[in-house]
Amino acid sequence: MRLTMTVNGAEQVLDDVWEGESLLYVLRERAGLPGSKNACEQGECGSCTVYLDGAPVCACLVAAGQAAGRDVRTVEGLADGDELDVVQQAFLSAGAVQCGFCTPGLIVAAHDLLERDPAPDDATVREALSGNLCRCTGYEKILDAVRLAAARRAEVRS
Amino acid sequence: MSTPTRSAQDLSVPIAGGVGASPDRPDGILKVRGEFAYSSDLWTDDMLWGATLRSPHPSARIRAVDLTAAVAMPGVYAVLTHEDIPGPHKHFGLERIDQPVLAIDRVRYQGEPIAIVAADHPETARRAAAAIVVDYEVHEPVTDPRAARADDAPRVHEDGNVVRYARIRRGDPDAVADVVVRGEYEVGMQDQAFLGPESGLAVPALDGGVDLYVATQWLHGDQRQIAPCLGLPESKVRLTLAGVGGAFGAREDLSMQIHACLLALRTGRPVKFCYSREESFFGHVHRHPATMRYETGANRDGKLVYVKGDIVLDGGAYASTTTAVTGNAVSLGAGPYEVPNVTMDVWGMYTNNPPCGAMRGFGSVQAAFAYESQMDRLADALGLDPVELRLRNALHEGSSMPTGQVLDSAAAVREILTAVRDLPLPADPGPVRDPLALPGGAGNTTHGEGVRRGVGYAVGFKNVGYSEGYDDYSTARVALRVLGGEPVAVVTTAAVEVGQGHVTLQQQIARTELGVEKVVIPPADTGVGSAGSSSASRQTYLTGGAVQEACRRVRQRVFDLVGGDRTLELTGGKVVTAAGETVADLVEVLGDETVEETVEWHPRRTRELDPETGQQSFAHLQFGFCAHRAVVDVDTELGLVKVVELAAAQDVGKAMNPEAVRGQIHGGSAQGMGLALMEEIQVSGGKIRNPSFTDYLIPTILDMPPMAVQVLELADPNAPYGVRGAAEPPTISAGPAVVAAIRAATGRPVDRVPIRPQDLID
Repeated sequence: MRLTMTVNGAEQVLDDVWEGESLLYVLRERAGLPGSKNACEQGECGSCTVYLDGAPVCACLVAAGQAAGRDVRTVEGLADGDELDVVQQAFLSAGAVQCGFCTPGLIVAAHDLLERDPAPDDATVREALSGNLCRCTGYEKILDAVRLAAARRAEVRS
Repeated sequence: MSTPTRSAQDLSVPIAGGVGASPDRPDGILKVRGEFAYSSDLWTDDMLWGATLRSPHPSARIRAVDLTAAVAMPGVYAVLTHEDIPGPHKHFGLERIDQPVLAIDRVRYQGEPIAIVAADHPETARRAAAAIVVDYEVHEPVTDPRAARADDAPRVHEDGNVVRYARIRRGDPDAVADVVVRGEYEVGMQDQAFLGPESGLAVPALDGGVDLYVATQWLHGDQRQIAPCLGLPESKVRLTLAGVGGAFGAREDLSMQIHACLLALRTGRPVKFCYSREESFFGHVHRHPATMRYETGANRDGKLVYVKGDIVLDGGAYASTTTAVTGNAVSLGAGPYEVPNVTMDVWGMYTNNPPCGAMRGFGSVQAAFAYESQMDRLADALGLDPVELRLRNALHEGSSMPTGQVLDSAAAVREILTAVRDLPLPADPGPVRDPLALPGGAGNTTHGEGVRRGVGYAVGFKNVGYSEGYDDYSTARVALRVLGGEPVAVVTTAAVEVGQGHVTLQQQIARTELGVEKVVIPPADTGVGSAGSSSASRQTYLTGGAVQEACRRVRQRVFDLVGGDRTLELTGGKVVTAAGETVADLVEVLGDETVEETVEWHPRRTRELDPETGQQSFAHLQFGFCAHRAVVDVDTELGLVKVVELAAAQDVGKAMNPEAVRGQIHGGSAQGMGLALMEEIQVSGGKIRNPSFTDYLIPTILDMPPMAVQVLELADPNAPYGVRGAAEPPTISAGPAVVAAIRAATGRPVDRVPIRPQDLID
């Protein structure tokens, strides 16, 4: 089938998509955007989290056809050129990145959280990120990163 | 040489990002942008996808394999079985070459690869693999490793079921103690559960060889096993590290490497493999389950008299690293304590269960659950505080191990135990609690009734580096040259970055040793000598040592260029005197020249344990120690546990990168806690029942408590910078501390991990 959708602000027209493919597969293997990761492919780990029409979803659970005509924003679409998004910079500065495989999904999830709640307390952060597995960090520095990102966003705003 | 210039230099300000600092990771920007190329991201225009047909049976004879339907499928380019392996080897293995690349006439575990397929779409490849018809004669699997020791037990391999039996006999085997405690303990099968699935891309080369881009823990270890199966010299099997999505031991053994190479060489096209999560559970080795019987005797004053241990480790169908795991369990099994009389017997066994091998802290994690449980039991029997009992028996520098090895550097058991004990405890939560903070969390299963708090301690230790006579070493090539008008160091090694931050560390060492800010780390590949594996907490010590030595030789050659004064120093891109006066600018000294040195760096050589007594004065290179204090709330009516806090103290010798060290302690603690509370591959009848992240649970951010960390730096004079391997010890002590806290809260014995709710209620 032919699939047309908007990805990171640009229209993508993809041909020969097999109906059984997920949005994650199409992004990674057909659209040249492998940033969203394939760690469980059943919606448990959050590594493939992307925005679909502004709402965070596990791209592995979205059939490619369901994305037709819709707006997708991936981790590759967060930075403004060379300038990292505040959340990306905070993950780097706080040492929240080890192997980094969970990082794209966590960054999208944390980005979404801060859009909704600019000053979350720790319990809120834990609840919001509980669908994203990380095996390297024990999450301590991920919490640090979200706190740092929230603080920096507040600075920018004030 | 150009004219030396002289100007004042402030040497008290080291160059930024050197040893002891915590600079950003060089791969960090790519990783946060989603642009870092993991092995599962590799892609070429004309590549094919590989898929694997695996055995559904843990033990069976293969009567026939019919490939007809698979070969006939449109889009399929190759279907291979063991008959297509050029050899001379058709088997591989890290320590013992016992595992078939593709099953030959029989299968020994559920998930054993039988045939491989290459096709133009991953789904086509999977369907073709599923279309292969195998005629099995199904056998009863050997699943009980203790029973498998019997002479008349069915044999998993022709040469018997014992992979390794090791023992220690030290002191008086009949020693008598005032107080004796006994226990039987069990550790379930844990999975490394790295997030990045097994994957890689094999590209056939014009010279008849193959280039493999893969996520592994040891490029040369893979190369050594792959080449003889392909019928190629090692020089024609070139490996380049692709991005690694975590490892924790699971990438020490081969998974898809030989399969991808075979298909690439057969089809003449690049072939990519990428396991699904379910396949990953069958595609790598796990942590050895263990059953352990211990008897510990002490005098009334709390001094240990003897430890007797009997440990059986289930290695599953193939040897993998079972011999090393057995060696660790036997030599570390009495715990980080002074024990005059030790009798230890450890068996590493073959069964038809899933193969087990390396996982963070191997051999030590299992034993620590037993020896720390025994210490708590003993403290109880003696009426002593559990920390006090441990302090009275703690190993220290100069102590003798049960192997007879004398500890020749700091063994900070006392220091780390008192450090965690003295940390402030979490505040008493008071009578009104947020249900989210209680056991059961959002399940809203309690408002505090039936919830009891407990505090527990544990300490553990692990050998660092390869042990028992293995010639451990690493190789580093360091080049110093001028690029773009400034001095740049290029550090080339085959050391694998698995996430731990080794690439950052290499930059830090080069900055410190060469006084240049820009340090380039090219991708790790087999074009330089082996670095050994990124495992055994060894890479900072070993490759760190190699990079340091190579840098120092480069530095010496630079000094030779300005007259050979050995007291000079390199800093800020300049050659300076010890007094801080600039002798020359490095850019001018180097000119067009590249100063390059390659070093193969060997630490002190360890030796083998005596097979009869387990005695050896230098079986292990170094030991790393970590202690934990866990605070838990347990819902004693439902058996649910909430870990409130998990504090750690660890001696790392030298915190080369303090934030990375803390990251290792956090992550290692989480894996230890996971083993205590939730992580188990459930195996029955030799079959895995929960091969998914839906059913195999690893800690989420909601499960993890705040983790206070104390890092001690008691330098090991024998190690580069005084460093002490740091990655594994936190995984060893975290679990036993959590279990101790649960015992304190519930009064229940708890002799098996992971703990299930039914273990905590009547």
